Amino acid sequence: MNEPRSADPEITPQVVADHGLTPGEYQRIQELLGRAPNITELGIFSVMWSEHCSYKSSRPHLKTLPSEGPRVIEGPGENAGVVDIGDGLAAVFKIESHNHPSFVEPHQGAATGVGGIMRDVFTMGARPIALLNSLRFGDPADPKTRFLLNGVVEGIAGYGNCTGVPTVGGEVYFDACYNGNILVNAFCLGLVKTDRVFRARAGGVGNAVIYVGSKTGRDGIHGASLLASAEFDDSTEEKRPTVQVGDPFTEKLLIEACLEIMKKDWVIGVQDMGAAGLTSSSFEMAGREGTGIEMDLSKVPLRETGMTPYEIMLSESQERMLFVVEKGYEEEALEIFRKWDLDAAFIGHVTEQPCVRILFEGREVVNLPVLPVVDGCLGLERPSKRPADLDRRTQLDLAAIAEPASGGEAIKKLLGSLNIASREWVYEQYDHMVRLNTLILPGSDAAVLRVKDTNKALALAVDCNSRYCYLDPYRGAQIAVSECARNIACSGGEPIGLTNCLNFGNPERPEIMWQFEQAIRGIGDACRFFDIPVVSGNVSLYNETKGEAIFPTPTIALVGLLEDRDWQTSQWFKNSGDEIGLLGETLEELGGSEYLKVMHGLTQGSPPALDLEREKNVQALCRDLIRGRHIHSAHDCSEGGLAVALAEACITRPEAPIGAAVELSSPLRKDALLFGETQSRVVISYPRQAREAIAALAHRHKTPFTFLGAIGGEALAVTVNGEKFIHEDVKTLHNLWRGSLGNYVRQTT
Amino acid sequence: MKCGVVVFPGSNCDHDCYHILKHVLGLSTEWIWHKDNADLDRFDWVVLPGGFSFGDYLRAGAIARLSPVMKAVTRYANKGGRVLGICNGFQILLEAGLLPGALLNNRSQKFICKTVHTVVENPDTPFTRHCGKNAVLQIPIAHQQGNFYADDETLKRMADHGQVLLRYADAEGRVTEAANPNGSVQNIAAVANERKNVMGMMPHPERVADPLWPNLDGQSIFQSLIHSGAS
Repeated sequence: MNEPRSADPEITPQVVADHGLTPGEYQRIQELLGRAPNITELGIFSVMWSEHCSYKSSRPHLKTLPSEGPRVIEGPGENAGVVDIGDGLAAVFKIESHNHPSFVEPHQGAATGVGGIMRDVFTMGARPIALLNSLRFGDPADPKTRFLLNGVVEGIAGYGNCTGVPTVGGEVYFDACYNGNILVNAFCLGLVKTDRVFRARAGGVGNAVIYVGSKTGRDGIHGASLLASAEFDDSTEEKRPTVQVGDPFTEKLLIEACLEIMKKDWVIGVQDMGAAGLTSSSFEMAGREGTGIEMDLSKVPLRETGMTPYEIMLSESQERMLFVVEKGYEEEALEIFRKWDLDAAFIGHVTEQPCVRILFEGREVVNLPVLPVVDGCLGLERPSKRPADLDRRTQLDLAAIAEPASGGEAIKKLLGSLNIASREWVYEQYDHMVRLNTLILPGSDAAVLRVKDTNKALALAVDCNSRYCYLDPYRGAQIAVSECARNIACSGGEPIGLTNCLNFGNPERPEIMWQFEQAIRGIGDACRFFDIPVVSGNVSLYNETKGEAIFPTPTIALVGLLEDRDWQTSQWFKNSGDEIGLLGETLEELGGSEYLKVMHGLTQGSPPALDLEREKNVQALCRDLIRGRHIHSAHDCSEGGLAVALAEACITRPEAPIGAAVELSSPLRKDALLFGETQSRVVISYPRQAREAIAALAHRHKTPFTFLGAIGGEALAVTVNGEKFIHEDVKTLHNLWRGSLGNYVRQTT
Repeated sequence: MKCGVVVFPGSNCDHDCYHILKHVLGLSTEWIWHKDNADLDRFDWVVLPGGFSFGDYLRAGAIARLSPVMKAVTRYANKGGRVLGICNGFQILLEAGLLPGALLNNRSQKFICKTVHTVVENPDTPFTRHCGKNAVLQIPIAHQQGNFYADDETLKRMADHGQVLLRYADAEGRVTEAANPNGSVQNIAAVANERKNVMGMMPHPERVADPLWPNLDGQSIFQSLIHSGAS
């Protein structure tokens, strides 16, 4: 080891603390190395042992999730999950957060979130074919919300549109709990031939290490450690330099160049330089293979002069990849990258000794054993404690809430409320059609994409009701999985793989850890019951500002398979004269509902009950009805309950809204009957003659089936026990629902 | 019949155009790389597809017009070869001076992706021959800079020569302000050069040409080219 240069700062306890490492962690680093690290090495440990890269708080819990299944080719641990869909093809997908950067700089934060998740997918050898995102903003009345919404949507649009990957769906949700900490979770799906899946491995001693993509600059240094792994405070604005700047055109070139080079047999492995850049890609690729890497940083293409090894190793400049190719093919690899006008350089090789050795200007500046860096960080058994005020949150005295005589006001308010209103203002900014696969456009329960050269299709949905999770994280997480799977079932698909983005507050607080444990247990139990493998995911902790945490938000994204693309089914009513029915049963539940929030300002009560067996039955029934071509539409009941589901089926019809007449008889409170959010319910429409066949299938699947009424006319008319409860012109409802979000954004404050 | 699809590094509708021409319409179709300056005489027509040719951080198409292939496209067009520019392809043809006018940012300053209606104004061109006058085509747009502009003198000359091929309209074909998605002057959605062998259009006909979807309105543009025979 060379003597540190005089310019290298001394490693004082303050320097260690500034790197986000505890004294205990620093002690452990010295023990593992048998010496003190130099400043560059300390920087490497600080990013690799950060919460963001090491998963030290979450790892023990994540291990409990089911990740295996007959279709699973790659589960958690690789850049993205890989699931076999038959015909020699596999779906590659993952969801990832970019929360803190998006709050600090919404446009670039969201854009680079999209870029990062795409690279995770095409590093596996897959062509990205679809994007989804789950966005959560603060109270619409907060002046910053509009600015953040605008910036995030523009950032996603600017990046996705340029790269030619369609953004086909997602969710947008508002709640004051996200005021100081918005969530931007981006999902990408790609397709790959099952025999051309690439892994992030540095195999074969002597093989060449090649850098490709944007030049390395000083942006994003410590993005993973200081921005993503700490909560926000008054100095948040000062962290703007830790946010990277995206270049979607370079990303597009990288996609094409990578997919071209990956046709060659001499490509051994590849990893994106995401969080912790050159550090994580080199150490992790060597770690997975048990090899080492030697690199000369003097050969790395740089954006500016005077960069130190510390800065080069920790830069999070975007749109960069690290390839390992067979020795002797360096020039051929560089030739392909030159064709696409990308910067590329042969910077090192794979070594037998499991160490990463970094040279710079002829000197050795880093010499670290691989395993202590990638695996040395101890998993933390953080204490957990049930929040003391949870019982207070879940108390709800329905008797104190007046039952309305009419549902007209509520249905209009709910349809115009920002959590339910049309997302057209958002998805019109996204190219959702490019690549000619989008069979069902944004605005239905799930997006459906054809799989070219097969008769198959894939259904995609992303979902989480975080209010439920706040009131009961275990059940809330189970509902997130169930509802997402129900969305897939309503579109004709069978879930084949799940990815999650677990957004929580500061894990150092026992109440947050308790929420996290409960949510993981909920996801795990639901996935085991439905037999859905969790193949990838991401954890985002420290989502809080000045001690105020967000609602626990375990965002779930599911990929479903339709063996026959003709099964695709959308949520809207098709034909006047068709009958309307309900699968499932309505209970008297209003806890945690959008109705209570919008009409009474309450986030209160227990979330709806969930019976996994019932849920499984209704989904199986829905798929059977679709495959047997008995039904014309299927829409799940979620926020806003049965009334909103009926209204949406009327007004989301692309040609023009259509009315419906529904007659209900029930002993329940009318608001609970129409606006309660009982789970495991689906509104279907079907030709009259199908009713008996549907009833027989429902009986076989042990699921209640109720005739509700018929499609037609110009009003949504609902009677309860013979009395008029809702009677509204569907055009009026359509206008309220359609214009609401755009009107909100265009208001000036 | 043989057609070519020009590929700039940031083209992203190139695969879609190729798919429609080759797999749906069964035409012999070849890629043309943007660094290739070879003559295009072997093609019956060439398509410049949509996308973000060079990222379009400056002005859409401003860098792409400098690619070697644009010299070949210009020679080809000057000899009467048929060139169809879609979306970014339209922007590039404008920057290259092969079409009149300019494309500005959308009035909303936002990217807009949605299906709109257009009405065929001049059916007497190789690109619209199969459509019929006043036919209404339902075609998606997907662009940030699709707000067509030309000065009055240019507009008059274009009108005199029948160079406006499509205008944004409502479902009945009425050219109204409400049906104008991006602020284009006189609702112009597609234009041709005087000779009518070069056309630029903002809507994406390739997105409504696959029988997987019920709407096949985009096919009529490609069918027009097929029915027009060799260049």
